Amino acid sequence: MSSSIDQLISKDYEHGFITDVETDTIPPGLDEDVIRVISGKKNEPAFMLEWRLKAYRRWLSMKEPRWPNVKYAPIDYQALSYYSAPKSVKQLQSLDEVDPELIRTYEKLGIPLLEQKRLSGVAVDAIFDSVSVGTTMREELSKVGVIFCSLGEALREHPELVEKYLGSVVPYSDNFFAALNSAVFSDGSFVYIPKGVRCPMDLSTYFRINAADTGQFERTLIVADEGSYVSYLEGCTAPKRSTNQLHAAVVELVALKGATIKYSTVQNWYAGDAEGVGGIYNFVTKRGKAAENAKISWTQVETGSAITWKYPSVILQGDNSVGEFYSVAVVNNHQQADTGTKMIHIGRNTKSNIVSKGISAGQGQNSYRGQVKVLAKAENARNYTQCDSMLVGNRCGAHTFPYIEVGNNTATVEHEASTSKIGEDQIFYLKQRGLSAEQAVSMIVSGFCKEVFKELPMEFALEAQQLLGITLEGSVG
Amino acid sequence: MLKIDNLRANAGDKEILKGLSLNVNAGEVHAVMGPNGSGKSTLAQVLAGNPAYEVTSGSVTYNGQDLLELDAEVRAQQGVFLAFQYPVEIPGVSNAYFLRMAYNEIRKARGEEEVDPMEFADLMDEKLNFVEMDSAMLTRSVNTGFSGGEKKRNEILQMALLEPKLAILDETDSGLDIDALRIVADGVNKLKRPDNATIVVTHYQRLLNYIVPDFVHVLANGRIVKSGGKELALELEAKGYDWVTGAGAAA
Repeated sequence: MSSSIDQLISKDYEHGFITDVETDTIPPGLDEDVIRVISGKKNEPAFMLEWRLKAYRRWLSMKEPRWPNVKYAPIDYQALSYYSAPKSVKQLQSLDEVDPELIRTYEKLGIPLLEQKRLSGVAVDAIFDSVSVGTTMREELSKVGVIFCSLGEALREHPELVEKYLGSVVPYSDNFFAALNSAVFSDGSFVYIPKGVRCPMDLSTYFRINAADTGQFERTLIVADEGSYVSYLEGCTAPKRSTNQLHAAVVELVALKGATIKYSTVQNWYAGDAEGVGGIYNFVTKRGKAAENAKISWTQVETGSAITWKYPSVILQGDNSVGEFYSVAVVNNHQQADTGTKMIHIGRNTKSNIVSKGISAGQGQNSYRGQVKVLAKAENARNYTQCDSMLVGNRCGAHTFPYIEVGNNTATVEHEASTSKIGEDQIFYLKQRGLSAEQAVSMIVSGFCKEVFKELPMEFALEAQQLLGITLEGSVG
Repeated sequence: MLKIDNLRANAGDKEILKGLSLNVNAGEVHAVMGPNGSGKSTLAQVLAGNPAYEVTSGSVTYNGQDLLELDAEVRAQQGVFLAFQYPVEIPGVSNAYFLRMAYNEIRKARGEEEVDPMEFADLMDEKLNFVEMDSAMLTRSVNTGFSGGEKKRNEILQMALLEPKLAILDETDSGLDIDALRIVADGVNKLKRPDNATIVVTHYQRLLNYIVPDFVHVLANGRIVKSGGKELALELEAKGYDWVTGAGAAA
């Protein structure tokens, strides 16, 4: 009876092309000299090199985490190259100087970098392999004092801000991948929103891995000063390659008193082919710290990567701070995802809201892992967690690992979970009304994910919906 | 319009339809009656193209084509409509969005232009009146949390919207109170046209007080054992199914 599920051919990954640009790639391997080379290439201030070296030494003493519910062959960290940059990227005076090949790459991905073609109302920082190739709309942003540039540039132009906040939320000693990232991170985006400023447009970073056999280690730091607001979007793609590529990023959000940061991700790294060959290992540490009355909201739609390991978290430090996590994670074929969030309630009257939607198809394995921790002083802390899984076919899996620790008896913590299956009866019903199987699945899944999609900015929501359709195409007949 | 010839079909390993034949012409209303387990719902599902049922032999011709060759959505696009006995819930998808998608897919198949949400809203106002439904129904998720009567009315709303050539109503009367029954039946009667046909599948005669059939067929053990005019339904009501299933055995 489930014969109609499991049919149809999968649609090809449409971002799988390779851009032919000359790169400056350092030989594989990692030691202190490599770190000095990276830091030197970027003309970093001395404090940065020291921090990197401390992180590296710490990393040497750490073990790769084995607790996630994912399986992969051991990674040979000495076989990776830790720095790759398109040769043409020098200090650019304007975006017009960007290598036309790179401009074309981003246009192919639907990200126009040239000012006359830019997305209306969105500023973009484009990261190609390890470095930022250009940031749009900077002039308009600087009028209101918003700094939006690559992290490398921020280190040169605003070293005091970087030194103050880098590692303040995710210290280099945090975990294996964060330590590795701290040692070798190549670039990333930096955002600073001054006091009381509402960022006039959405800011967006678009990550592209191109080079083979390189690790990508970028770092994003967003600081929203008191009473400010920013909405930030992140998109990611990579070419199809038959080897696995490591992506170990760190994102730190600092929301000072009364500030709001809304961080949205549509992650569509190459997921490997239908047999599970190739694809990105996406091992990412994302965390925000919310001061008094501040709010941090993570929204993510995860459709790509061979393996995803990430837990965008919020430390609710200040009184009345709010943390939110809205997630859709889809796995198909042989993809594995172990993802969720941590909400650490420290301040009084802190609130957190978690909505996680996991969709498993093919032989995909999807795990939700979430921690809600209420510390002793967090009077009247409140958490609500809703964790729903949907199965497509009968060879996939959904797993839920909630960790709840409550240290204050005035806290209210709620956890609701459900598992459902896309029914043949639902698909037949929709087909009987004239819809194709793909449209039917797409409609059922969109309905399932509605609570998360409505948190995404409009343009992103459409993209996310289409991505879901593509990712699941081929899983149901 | 529809010619079913010696149709046999299985649900799982079990043969349910055992050589069923039936002719339906445009403009006609046929009632298919029978006891539980006689194969009424299987007939409806097979005609609509549910892959859970396997046709083992026989043929079904619909407007000159082999209906069994067509995928379910193609049948729908060509005007075959099934009002489900158990309408399915699609959580999170608004009824309005679903209805508009379905309407546009069927229009596209007919070579007509899709309608935008504004035009569609006007159209829906008219259709809602038809089944005496409140527009609040449009913003709710498809069938989700609907009462039994609301679900059935939602089916008739879809029928009114999609204007099928061949409508199959599978036990649309079950679970309806008398008011809902009247509304549903009124809807079906108003939709009757010289160029479309309706098959009403039902266990009880009471729906046929409202939807007057041109022909009544009695299904027993996977075959039509007796056919007649509307008076056959009344006779059945009076004498019970044993009367015809006995007749079937004798025939």
